[in-house]
Amino acid sequence: MRLGVVVLLAVGCASASRPVAEVRRSLTLPSSPLAPRARAVHVLHRLGYGPSAADLTAIESTGLERWLEGQLGPGVDAATEERLSGFKTLSLSVAQAFREYPRPQAALKAMGVDVKTEAGKEAAKDYARLNADELPRQLLVELTQAKLLRAANSKRQFEEVLVDFWFNHFNVSAEKGRVRWMVNAYEREAIRPHVFGRFRDLLGATAKHPAMLWYLDGWLSVREGFTLKLGAKKKLAAPVMEDDDGDETEPLGTGRALGLNENYARELLELHTVGVNAGYTQDDVREAAKALTGWSLEVRPRQPRFGEFVFRPLAHDDGARRVFGLELPSGLGQQHGEQLLDFLARHPATAKHLALKLCQRLVSDTPPPALVDRVAAVFLRTDGDLPSTYRAIVESPEFWSADAVATKTRTPFEFVVGAIRSVGTLDEAQRPLATALEQLGQPLYRCAPPTGYREDAAAWVSAGGLVARINFGLKLAAGRIPGVLVSLPPKDTPLEGLALAILGRPASEATLTTIRQATATDDELDERRDERPRVVGLLLGSPEFQRQ
Amino acid sequence: MISRRRLVQSLVAFGASASGVARALETSRKGKTLVVVFLRGGVDGVSMVPPVGDDAYAALRPTLKLSTKGTGAALPLDGTFGLHPALAPLLPRFQAKELAVVHATGLPNAPRSHFEAQDFLESGTPGRRAPDGWLNRAGAGLSGAFSMVAVQNGMPSSMAGDGQALAFPSLKDFKVGGGAATTFEALYAQAVDDALRTSGREAFESLSTAQRDGLASRSAEHGAVYPRGLLGRRLQDVARLVHADVGLTLAATELGGFDTHLAQGAATGQLATRLDEVGRALAAFAQDLGPKLADVTLLTMTEFGRTARENGTRGTDHGTASVSLVLGGGVQGGRVVADWPSLSSGALFEGRDLKTTTDLRSVMSECLESVGLRRAQVFPDFTPAKLGLFG
Repeated sequence: MRLGVVVLLAVGCASASRPVAEVRRSLTLPSSPLAPRARAVHVLHRLGYGPSAADLTAIESTGLERWLEGQLGPGVDAATEERLSGFKTLSLSVAQAFREYPRPQAALKAMGVDVKTEAGKEAAKDYARLNADELPRQLLVELTQAKLLRAANSKRQFEEVLVDFWFNHFNVSAEKGRVRWMVNAYEREAIRPHVFGRFRDLLGATAKHPAMLWYLDGWLSVREGFTLKLGAKKKLAAPVMEDDDGDETEPLGTGRALGLNENYARELLELHTVGVNAGYTQDDVREAAKALTGWSLEVRPRQPRFGEFVFRPLAHDDGARRVFGLELPSGLGQQHGEQLLDFLARHPATAKHLALKLCQRLVSDTPPPALVDRVAAVFLRTDGDLPSTYRAIVESPEFWSADAVATKTRTPFEFVVGAIRSVGTLDEAQRPLATALEQLGQPLYRCAPPTGYREDAAAWVSAGGLVARINFGLKLAAGRIPGVLVSLPPKDTPLEGLALAILGRPASEATLTTIRQATATDDELDERRDERPRVVGLLLGSPEFQRQ
Repeated sequence: MISRRRLVQSLVAFGASASGVARALETSRKGKTLVVVFLRGGVDGVSMVPPVGDDAYAALRPTLKLSTKGTGAALPLDGTFGLHPALAPLLPRFQAKELAVVHATGLPNAPRSHFEAQDFLESGTPGRRAPDGWLNRAGAGLSGAFSMVAVQNGMPSSMAGDGQALAFPSLKDFKVGGGAATTFEALYAQAVDDALRTSGREAFESLSTAQRDGLASRSAEHGAVYPRGLLGRRLQDVARLVHADVGLTLAATELGGFDTHLAQGAATGQLATRLDEVGRALAAFAQDLGPKLADVTLLTMTEFGRTARENGTRGTDHGTASVSLVLGGGVQGGRVVADWPSLSSGALFEGRDLKTTTDLRSVMSECLESVGLRRAQVFPDFTPAKLGLFG
């Protein structure tokens, strides 16, 4: 199965001390009991958002190994990028987002309108009506649309799965304060460029990103006894960081920080790196928080680095630290935090934690421990090289075993996107899609806890959830989800063929019989009647479609 | 136990008259309901029910403390404790002895991580995650489509498990379009995957009941007005299920937004806004139930309290003990149940948090017993303290 091609990949050259390029051997797939088409379908379920006609054709014509090689490293889907070029907000920096999508109150205040008066309130309503496309919510609307379009249509399926996976791993929520203006840049700057790089770079990029600094309050964590005055000329006593309805003129608010905040440090250990069972203590959390004091954010709008990471030496506790066995001498400044991240990124517990999560996403909810151990070993041996880690999973016999097929339940997002891919393509991601995801319990970019959304089926299979899925499938197949271009197989396609096209696998006899009974109606003689939407709706809501 | 629907079917099958069916249903109802409201994020119990009579309180909370007089003062409950002014709608229930406050409560050895603390509490097993939730274990053996219901997005882990539980975001969205319900019912009856087959069966049982009874459109009774917002809508759906007498025994719902690290506020502000929603939603729920409140217990809980001291950003960090409210007709209320550890520096847990002196499982146990459920299999190896919340 060797392709005999040596692929050279330049991975993230951020650090000069590390080899610039790394020679990768070609992909070696283990033998599998699955037939070629079943393999392609399985790969599209795990490394993508389910089979689509276009991707099945692409795998068939390129060959599975070569297609996988392409997916396992960086690349570009020009057509999808072209499609997204019309969105105005996707390329905005944090500073631009604040400037161009201000809260109506701030915009009106800048125009000299007092929104506390009756006239001011009327003016605010007019403003919101006339500038509907320039309200802050537009930032999230476009980002959600872009995520759906990429997941449904992009040829770079694995990249989209990875961006989703790592965003969820380093979750931030647009619901929290000013994260709404930052979440777009977060995905574009901190997550996407690093999913085929090294874990340490991904970890560092998230640690320093304004979205994470804001979401887990790190930007306000300062050494004991120090007062950080933020963007304030007056009204120092009013910290307004959390209040979205405030009328303050400064985009990032004003206020002051007066001490240690351990929120980020705790999640750094528990969620981002070593994991909750690694054995660290409350003291380790505090020491980690102290090592990271001074990692902050430029909040003054007129400064050139507005909205970017800044290290504030005066706010940093520069004493010697001991975190989870790591000794850091005093006087390191920003390096205290950097060395802590170096240590955590290479820790065996981090390797184990990440290997388990990746295997849960890509193989099964309860992956074989031996597989997790092997994947963790590759992560450690390659110093956290993510493509090598993904390869270890894709090259494992466990990934290709018959036991791994159709053993996972689709999350709501995987269900919605997978359903679209099975019936056609997404032309425009309109509001009903975002609403459907809210009703299914997975609103995009708005998972409030830092844990991110659960990966396992138990979190998503419920009677109520099934009813919502069934209704979405019926609407989609009937062409009642605007923006989806539905192209069903030809009208004379037998039921078996329709089922194969939608499910990617042959349907069970029982399913076929039930659907046949349901569609054998009184007007059987009316041959013009098109039963396809009804049949496809039943298939999308069927238990077989919920599995991947 | 036989579900209401099956009972109707079998009675009708045996030729019982309609009025006979109604009489049979009337006598079969002994429905009591426990409603658990999970306040996610870690509620600052010291703000929710401030110990204004504790000498250490004011000094620990320079900007977050509540006064005892003037505008925005805490509402006096007893010599030590006040009620946050945003919870004023609940004061009449406290005075009518239908509301008890349990203070300094939590699970032993609670971690300070949301994720873990929520999991342990919803499992009902301190220090470890159980494969099922405490409510699901409590409801083991209950049958009927609506015996265990979570009105929220997705099944909470407190209700996950082998017992038949139903979760939906709202009654209004709980129906299948296109006249396809029976076909889906058949498809899910044949599902290979156990979880999907079970969920499917539950879905179609409950759908038929909801549709037949027109549950989603029942209006609130007794002049109750629910506040805008998620919690009010969710509790109104719970009240609809109670009124419709569909056998609801355990209900769960939730509200988030209590993780107040920053700018928490005192009498007004971030936390007060959330508490206002809680106070008005619970008060409307009690009003809506009217005399049926006698058969209902509502319990609030949260994964942990917050630091006794306010932090450097006018908020509070993850702490230990917090507050639970217990509301219902059977409650021996009008009092704050607490073995108060005090907030003096020597008494703080690890020098920073309000100490847990009442195991929350004791509270959960009495609430279960108040609706006729046994707690033995719910909290194995645990002997609850006698709090006398229900006399």
